[in-house]
Amino acid sequence: MNRRSLVSFGVLVLGVAVLLTATIAAQVPAPLAKPKAAVKAAPPPTSKPYTPPKTPDGQPDLQGFWTNSTYVPLERPQGVTKEFYTPPEAEAAMKAAAAREAEQTEPGTTADVHYDFSQFGLDRSQSTIAASLRTSLIVDPPDGKMPPVNAKGQKRAGERAAARKAAGGQYDSVQNMPIGSRCIIMGGAGPPMMNAGYNANYQIVQSPGYVMILTEMIHDVRIIPLDNRPQAAQELRQWVGLSRGRWEGNTLVVETTNFNGKNAFRGASENIKVTERFTRISDDMIDYKFTVEDPETWDRTWTAEAPLAKTDGPIFEFACHETNYGISNILAGARAEEKQKAEQAKKGSN
Amino acid sequence: MRNRFFIRVTLAAITACLALAVALVNAQAPAYRAPRAPDGKPNLSGIWQAINTANYDIEPHSAAPSPVLELGASGAIPAGLGVVEGGALPYRPEALTKRNENRANRLKLDPEVKCYLPGVPRAVYQSFPFQIIQSQKHIMMIHEYAGAVRTVYMADQVEAPADSWMGWSNGRWEGETLVVDTKGFNDLSWFDRSGNFHSDALHVVERFTARSADTLNYEATIEDPKVFTRPFKITMPLYRRVEPNAQILEFRCVEFVEDLLYGHLRKQPSQ
Amino acid sequence: MIARLIGTLVIAGIASIAVSAQAPAYKTPRTPDGQPDLQGFWSNATYTPLERPDNVTKEFYTPEEALAAEKAAAARENAQTDPGTVADVHYDFTQFGLDRSQATLARSRRTSLIVDPKNGKLPPITEEGKKILAARAEEAKKLGGRWDSAQSNQLDDRCIIMAGPGPPMMDAAYNSNYQIVQAPGYVMILTEMIHDVRVIPLDPSTFREPQGRPEQGRGTTGSGSPRAESRSDGRLNAPTQVRQWMGVSRGRWEGDTLVIETTNFNGKNPFRGSTENMKVVERLRRVSEDVIEYNFTVEDKSMWERPWSAEALMRKTNGPLFEHACHEGNYGLYNTLVGARLEEKHAAEAPTKKDSK
Repeated sequence: MNRRSLVSFGVLVLGVAVLLTATIAAQVPAPLAKPKAAVKAAPPPTSKPYTPPKTPDGQPDLQGFWTNSTYVPLERPQGVTKEFYTPPEAEAAMKAAAAREAEQTEPGTTADVHYDFSQFGLDRSQSTIAASLRTSLIVDPPDGKMPPVNAKGQKRAGERAAARKAAGGQYDSVQNMPIGSRCIIMGGAGPPMMNAGYNANYQIVQSPGYVMILTEMIHDVRIIPLDNRPQAAQELRQWVGLSRGRWEGNTLVVETTNFNGKNAFRGASENIKVTERFTRISDDMIDYKFTVEDPETWDRTWTAEAPLAKTDGPIFEFACHETNYGISNILAGARAEEKQKAEQAKKGSN
Repeated sequence: MRNRFFIRVTLAAITACLALAVALVNAQAPAYRAPRAPDGKPNLSGIWQAINTANYDIEPHSAAPSPVLELGASGAIPAGLGVVEGGALPYRPEALTKRNENRANRLKLDPEVKCYLPGVPRAVYQSFPFQIIQSQKHIMMIHEYAGAVRTVYMADQVEAPADSWMGWSNGRWEGETLVVDTKGFNDLSWFDRSGNFHSDALHVVERFTARSADTLNYEATIEDPKVFTRPFKITMPLYRRVEPNAQILEFRCVEFVEDLLYGHLRKQPSQ
Repeated sequence: MIARLIGTLVIAGIASIAVSAQAPAYKTPRTPDGQPDLQGFWSNATYTPLERPDNVTKEFYTPEEALAAEKAAAARENAQTDPGTVADVHYDFTQFGLDRSQATLARSRRTSLIVDPKNGKLPPITEEGKKILAARAEEAKKLGGRWDSAQSNQLDDRCIIMAGPGPPMMDAAYNSNYQIVQAPGYVMILTEMIHDVRVIPLDPSTFREPQGRPEQGRGTTGSGSPRAESRSDGRLNAPTQVRQWMGVSRGRWEGDTLVIETTNFNGKNPFRGSTENMKVVERLRRVSEDVIEYNFTVEDKSMWERPWSAEALMRKTNGPLFEHACHEGNYGLYNTLVGARLEEKHAAEAPTKKDSK
């Protein structure tokens, strides 16, 4: 990110900061009127360029607790053409998103069976938000949308859809259910690291030769070596791929390949390559940019920018699988429903 | 005169040197001192792994057949001299009964079978490596098995805010030793595959000390008045993974146990 | 052919029976780390029974009596392979050179291996021992007939363990071969059948390791002075919960004699009835280039009223030892079980067949 756009970004974020706290608070129903929202801002444009502190072994210090919680969508919404909202527009967009989020818990709706998200402070309006005036996280292509999927990508999407269909209904087996519901991995881990719907928290710890990123859900750890070691053989594949990092000035550049393709990021193939760049731009903010490259899905790369804002620690243990009553209850419920239907059908035919 | 003086001085010097040499030979070899981390603390960073059969059974035990017939010798249990100081665990009588019940039903009850988080100290001696990433305020221990992770808080220390599988760890340096004090456990993990267990009163104090360039001395004092009549100690060396490019790989086992846990809830093809 | 074999035996026998005759004092050579050197290939093949035969009262045969006893034993051994006998189905033992008469015999003129009690027989069994034997018989009954299952077969047919390794190490009927290898702090004894290895850690305080150069003037009785620091640190002891087929052994040198103490047996392979509480003390001393004297004492208060001891010999033989992959090629057990099941099936079907005629 060049200095000029960094400064502009800073201005816009700052301008928005004060407004957001008040407006979101006003929009949210009474019991939640005092949200913990602490919107972090970049330094004012008049300050001199930020020099991050160093770890004892000389790495720029990225350590601490961070969140990438945001209302900004990955792709620019339909009908929006500009790159940045004005502060009032950003506020309105966030209010609308917060309202949609809170809407889940209204009685009488189909989603009512789900617990009240806001009751446990899980909704974004009650979390620290890494705010921005952007209309989309995607900064390239300039229209803020992913490039079109190429022929190979479409073919693969078709094959995947067919496989899903052949596998049966969503509640037929645990393997048919979403990967996050199965407590295998969630979007926060990435890479690239995307904001989780809640608990969008990270802890970064550095040690000579390593940067470690702990993602709260599901206690995922990426250990990124900085020693220029060769990438692993093609046969070794992982959910989070295999990462290699290096410092370019004050920017940590992390390249990741060797994904196993089971958690395809936006339809990508297993040969996707993700390049992330972490630059600390203030005490309270890390500029996080990622570029996605997958010639088997898109004919060009695309890049997104999603800041990480400082938040309070600690990170709590997220023992998802250990208490995954959700899955067994859903499956048992589906089987019970089928049994009921079958019995009724039998009665009907007698 | 001068010559005699010179000779006497020389003799004295030689005697002194000999005495020193003898003293050095007889003296205790100094304890190993690990290289320093950039902040001056002993550097315990690296990828470590236990080499013993403690995860099968922390008490001394003979070899035994596999609990799963089809695995034959591949699933059989190797013998072990035990890692518990004194040999046997000091169970309260009713707890010993429960341990034996656990053991008899271990295929169904061992949380490791279900890919649940392993707890402490089991995570240290499972047959998987773990990596210590040592910073100033936090020392991370990242385990390959199920991606289990422990944060050791070296600063901003608080009491465990809630119970968890891996507990809440506060750490401090005592000379060359990293002392990790962990509380806030739930009662759901086991110490090994043989049914040795604990309650939510578990309190573990571990000591990690470098004993050579590539080994650590590991000691864990375990206290749980609801289950044991007194605290007991577990000791073992930990070995560094020295091969080039050693790294923690994924062992995301949730996928591997889904049919075990939920297979009976799979929709059956209709008649 | 049998006569020719026994003839060979006679010639060899007279020549080598003189083992117990007086020889000039033998100085056991040393390994580089100062242990008396027992290394090499050894055989304990013998026709001498453990217990003295009923009609014999003396401790030693005359040379002629010894030879006659051997001839008789060899003849019995070869009788197995006479056509028309029940055991004829078994392969011809002598054809593969497996009978003792074609092996290196570690012969002596003793009438029994047991030297104590003086009558050359096992001591009386304790009351507890009788109960244990009765209980074992009951358990064996539960297993059913010999061909009912793999587990109701003998341990050697199951390729689990044979008589060779012990301890104590006994003649194995054939392939009674051992290889001894020594290294600083350890004696290793490899038993050919079933490639069983005993790794015996040594108490280092019982011999002195030379500091980079061979020790001078040790003689046959020298034992060296204790080392400043012992490496034994718990390695020589095993917790009582650890039980093994061959027990857990630890060794020490007393002069030129290797003394091995073994406990922690699992009790699944009783030695002449022993229990898991058996303790065996073995003593090995090389008395010549070609012979190791092997004494052992068995103590098992649960079985015998008193300890008992035996003396056997190990004679140098030709190497190498071959791999004895018993279990991997155990068609025997498989085929016997299949055969037994087939016989049962036929027996069950036979009346039906008769009826249908």
